[in-house]
Amino acid sequence: MSSNTTPKKIETVEFGLMSPQEYREMSVTKIITADTYDDDGFPIDMGLMDPRLGVIDPGLQCKTCGKRSGQCEGHFGHIELAAPVVHPGFSKLIRRLLRGTCHECARLLLSPTQKEKYRNKLETARELDEDLDKITKAAIREARKNSTCPHCDAEQKDVKHDKPTTYYEDGQKLMPSDIRDRFERIPDEDLEPLGIDPERTRPEWMILTVLPVPPVTARPSITLDSGQRSEDDLTHKMVDIIRINQRFMENREAGSPQLIIEDLWELLQYHVTTFMDNEISGTPPAHHRSGRPLKTLSQRLKGKEGRFRGSLSGKRVNYSSRTVISPDPTLSVNEIGVPEQIAKEMTQKVKITRNNIDEIVEYVRRGPNTHPGANYVKRADGRRLKVKDLNSEQLAERILEENEDGEPQGLGWTVERHLTDGDVVLFNRQPSLHRMSMMAHEVVVMPYKTFRLNTTVCPPYNADFDGDEMNMHVVQSEEALAEADVLMKVQEHILSPRFGGPIIGAIQDHISGTYLLTNEEHRFEEATVLDLLRQTSINDLPEPAGEDEDGVYWTGKEVFSVLLPESLDLSFESNSGEAVVIEDGELIEGTIDEMAVGSFVGEIVETIAKVYDNERARRFIDDVSGLAVRSIMHFGFSFGISDEDLPQEARDEIDDAIVESEEEVERLIETYERGELESLPGRTLEETLEMKIMQALGQARDEAGEIAEQYLDEDNPGVVMADSGARGSMLNLTQMAGCVGQQAVRGERINRGYENRTLSHFKPDDLSADARGFVRHSYKEGLNPKEFFFHAMGGREGLVDTAVRTSKSGYLQRRLINALQELEAQYDGTVRNAQDDIVQFEYGEDGVDPMKMPKEDTLDVDAIVDRVLDAEFEDERAKAEFAGDD
Amino acid sequence: MNLEEKLEKTELPDRIQEEIEDAVEGRDLTDEEFEEVVEAVRDRYEETRIDPLEPVGTVSAQSIGEPGTQMTMNTFHYAGVAEIDVTQGLPRLIELVDARKEPDTPMMTVHLEDEYATDREKAREVVWKIEATKILSIGDISIDVASMEVSVDLDPEMLEERNLEVSEIAEKIDDELGIEVSEGESSVSFGPSNPSYRELLQLVEELREIVFKGIEGIERVVIRKEENDEYVLYTEGSEFKKVLRVEGVDSTRTRTNNLHETYKALGIEAARNAIIDEMMSTLEEQGLEVDTRHVMLVADAMTTTGEIQSIGRHGISGSKESVLSRAAFEVTVNHLLDAAVHGEDDRLEGVTENVIVGQPIKIGTGDVELVVGKPD
Repeated sequence: MSSNTTPKKIETVEFGLMSPQEYREMSVTKIITADTYDDDGFPIDMGLMDPRLGVIDPGLQCKTCGKRSGQCEGHFGHIELAAPVVHPGFSKLIRRLLRGTCHECARLLLSPTQKEKYRNKLETARELDEDLDKITKAAIREARKNSTCPHCDAEQKDVKHDKPTTYYEDGQKLMPSDIRDRFERIPDEDLEPLGIDPERTRPEWMILTVLPVPPVTARPSITLDSGQRSEDDLTHKMVDIIRINQRFMENREAGSPQLIIEDLWELLQYHVTTFMDNEISGTPPAHHRSGRPLKTLSQRLKGKEGRFRGSLSGKRVNYSSRTVISPDPTLSVNEIGVPEQIAKEMTQKVKITRNNIDEIVEYVRRGPNTHPGANYVKRADGRRLKVKDLNSEQLAERILEENEDGEPQGLGWTVERHLTDGDVVLFNRQPSLHRMSMMAHEVVVMPYKTFRLNTTVCPPYNADFDGDEMNMHVVQSEEALAEADVLMKVQEHILSPRFGGPIIGAIQDHISGTYLLTNEEHRFEEATVLDLLRQTSINDLPEPAGEDEDGVYWTGKEVFSVLLPESLDLSFESNSGEAVVIEDGELIEGTIDEMAVGSFVGEIVETIAKVYDNERARRFIDDVSGLAVRSIMHFGFSFGISDEDLPQEARDEIDDAIVESEEEVERLIETYERGELESLPGRTLEETLEMKIMQALGQARDEAGEIAEQYLDEDNPGVVMADSGARGSMLNLTQMAGCVGQQAVRGERINRGYENRTLSHFKPDDLSADARGFVRHSYKEGLNPKEFFFHAMGGREGLVDTAVRTSKSGYLQRRLINALQELEAQYDGTVRNAQDDIVQFEYGEDGVDPMKMPKEDTLDVDAIVDRVLDAEFEDERAKAEFAGDD
Repeated sequence: MNLEEKLEKTELPDRIQEEIEDAVEGRDLTDEEFEEVVEAVRDRYEETRIDPLEPVGTVSAQSIGEPGTQMTMNTFHYAGVAEIDVTQGLPRLIELVDARKEPDTPMMTVHLEDEYATDREKAREVVWKIEATKILSIGDISIDVASMEVSVDLDPEMLEERNLEVSEIAEKIDDELGIEVSEGESSVSFGPSNPSYRELLQLVEELREIVFKGIEGIERVVIRKEENDEYVLYTEGSEFKKVLRVEGVDSTRTRTNNLHETYKALGIEAARNAIIDEMMSTLEEQGLEVDTRHVMLVADAMTTTGEIQSIGRHGISGSKESVLSRAAFEVTVNHLLDAAVHGEDDRLEGVTENVIVGQPIKIGTGDVELVVGKPD
């Protein structure tokens, strides 16, 4: 397509059946021989590989259209079937028609008034967009009730259907030719009440007399290394059909007995059936020589890898790359580190203009193997020239060569240059569950072979660095580039439309870092402050907080405050529940932890994104992660097995608590055995006992946790992480230092394994704690073999659960997307589907975008009223602006 | 003009009108000031409005689908009341979206009226009217093979509590099984018409199924005192329409987790709200934050036709206008064959169809057309 033609728009796709006549007209040749190639390897005329059917071998020309391989889309041929056969896809409809029409006069067995009724019903159903099938089925049902034809009074016979393609009338087999004859006689007006459009579809076309032969481009043969040709499954099936077709004709001409003819007819039917669909129940699938079932027409369309879902709804694309990801805290959130090797392979198209010609020529001159270089030059006439080391100089000169106007002739040419810093690309990680799974980043070309990304964008992608790979796409058209830049940049996605909060924010060590920095009153001298802030966008130091014997100093809170917008006022609760107060961009009180800057919950991030703008929020996130990394390095942070050490007295206390609970369990079991246990309402005795035991043992673990918490220091790295919300919880620490606790399978204590016992180490019906999966040790102490086994049981359940869940939720998501994808908000505030039907009169009842919604879920009307009443405006204009007049 | 009228005239969403009302109340604003406040509020509100052409459907689908990966598969969980198991998490969400005729674990929350809500005894009375009373909860069955008789020793206390008479029991058995029943002081006995051991056992089986009092299908009812000192009943099994008619039941607050029962009893708008409430509570219970607007859109999409449609092949996706879109979703070949017979047209209005033919889709930036023209 040359560049200045407007692409044509497809308005409608019409569906209908094709008549035998149409098949013949569109066919370029009749196919009569089952052979493909002759001894010299040339395709046989009127064979299945007839050169008129299209070209697949490179270099050859198509005999029909003259185009070459790749250009020629192929042409249909046809086979004249010796006898008509049933189209297997319509076998049910054929049955319905046979039952609903008179076997004498072929009229629909409905009176004119009944016909009218169904015609009207269908019309309303079409208007209301309802299911037509129900009405046509009802029409046939009513027709069958008439035992005599209302038109010719003929007695009706019972039609039996032997799946998939045999029909009996009154015990007599109906040959496809008989059916076809009868269908031919059904008048057009009788078809309308059945929902069949006679303009496009005549019922007799459901019985095939001519079979179209798909072009070779749809069934290319592959040449194996051995030089042998391997044909496509469809070709194999066509060969079978032609062979039987031929034998049928020969036998009929020879006047063979009816029995043999019928056998061959059935065989022909079988081959045509399996050609269309090789998975019909009741028909044995046709197999390849190797024993694998053939992939015929239906199989090509169906399913995830089928034509519709695999090749039409989703396609493979060029200008994309994939590699392992790794973290780089020095990048900004909206940047991506691209390996040089990839940057040299992936290109961006640039049109040469007077302004950029020198730069572009330099790219071309550098060739394809030196980084910022170029791979292709596209001339004005559309020829695309590959830039090689050998011709790069020459191509550069060609661009600069002057034409008759005295201008460089390369103006208007396009050059595909390497990716360079600042290019906008799309970055994606599967599974792409939400729109934040694909965002636009700016390229930073880097050495080595992995994509590098800032760790704060891990939450939206749900990425980690244990071997994850991600994809990068280079956007090619100007429109796409503009959309990527404006709509898809990372900063545009800081707030998630799911809950209107920030999905991007500090994680893990960032949070530990800010926590350490702001939790206690640290004093820093100038050099340290400079070091802490060196990776942020801050260039000026604030006033020192004070002076002590070592000179001026700054506090941690003050250092953090530098990152905040000057006018920010905010107060909220931190992760540990204490108040955090920010006034005029100064952190007055409280510790900066997960609730302040963390992903999903960070109050400061959310406020900045909503009150200021996305760009400011991006800068804040970059600054926080920069400062946090520096500060955690300043303080030093490590966590090892010795950090879970508890003093002897603590361990004794924990042991006592556990023993206490185990005794409690024993007591419960004794009460139960004595029959004195009282059941909870609506529960059996056994259930009650289990619940009470679970409770007792749960308490044991909680107590162990509390004791462990008491003995672990405030500055214990595990406690710091749990307190700040950086990683892990007190429960994790409890399990490491105190006691792992009860293991569960399906929400119950472990009760499976041997008959009446979990393991052969226990007596039957032992309900005690350790026989049912209570792990009394801590991870640090180590588990004994029995405990280890129970722990593995609980762990296994978790794994299975995850596996099942991913497939279930994946399908749920697919269905939701498919059902809702056409819904769009309109200018009038309504939500409508593709047919312009209104689904909601006002989006979300109030037309508010969840992403833009103010944080408290509502507008702060009180503040607005205060502001209006106080009227502290400089002049009338400022007031008018506030009131929203333009 | 009073405040309400003035607010009405602003044409702002109800929620915001209410907020203005609250904020302005008692401040004694002049008309002019009031106008200024309204304009300022309107300005802020306009800023938060959804952008036209935003693909809200896809965003909502993603917002509900994405947290699905984080939900538990554990089918049973306790919902408020420890005594009643209710399906939670992903299975419940799937069940809602599927618009199943009957949930896995049907249940109702029955609120009570007036004195029934405050008096435990009164509440009990309602329980007996709702809970299906079967023979095993009021007596013991014994089978005498020698005399070919089934006799039931009734517990007088239980009968008293449930306000049942021995004669009622006998009558009921007579009605249901169609046999002669002889009454004792606190027992009933009967035997099969033609004595055979099999028939005898058959009778016992049938006897167990008879509902003597209450509503069939409601297995268990639990009374619970809520925080506001109100007694609320939780039932296992759901018969919404019947329960609404029971005396003492507050029909305005009673609810069921069966969408179709809500729909049949209270209509499509109620069903829509039921979908929203059930989905939101399922998500909240799992600790997942999802904006109501997304859930509303799903509920509205499921109910726009006036009936509850499921999300998927048998519902919204299956009734789409476009052949190509349906074929690309599920049961590809059948949709194509049917389209051919019915002579359908695909007008290429939706998303999938246009992706298939390689045209820009009419959503978001694809829905805007730019006309390049010369300036006059």
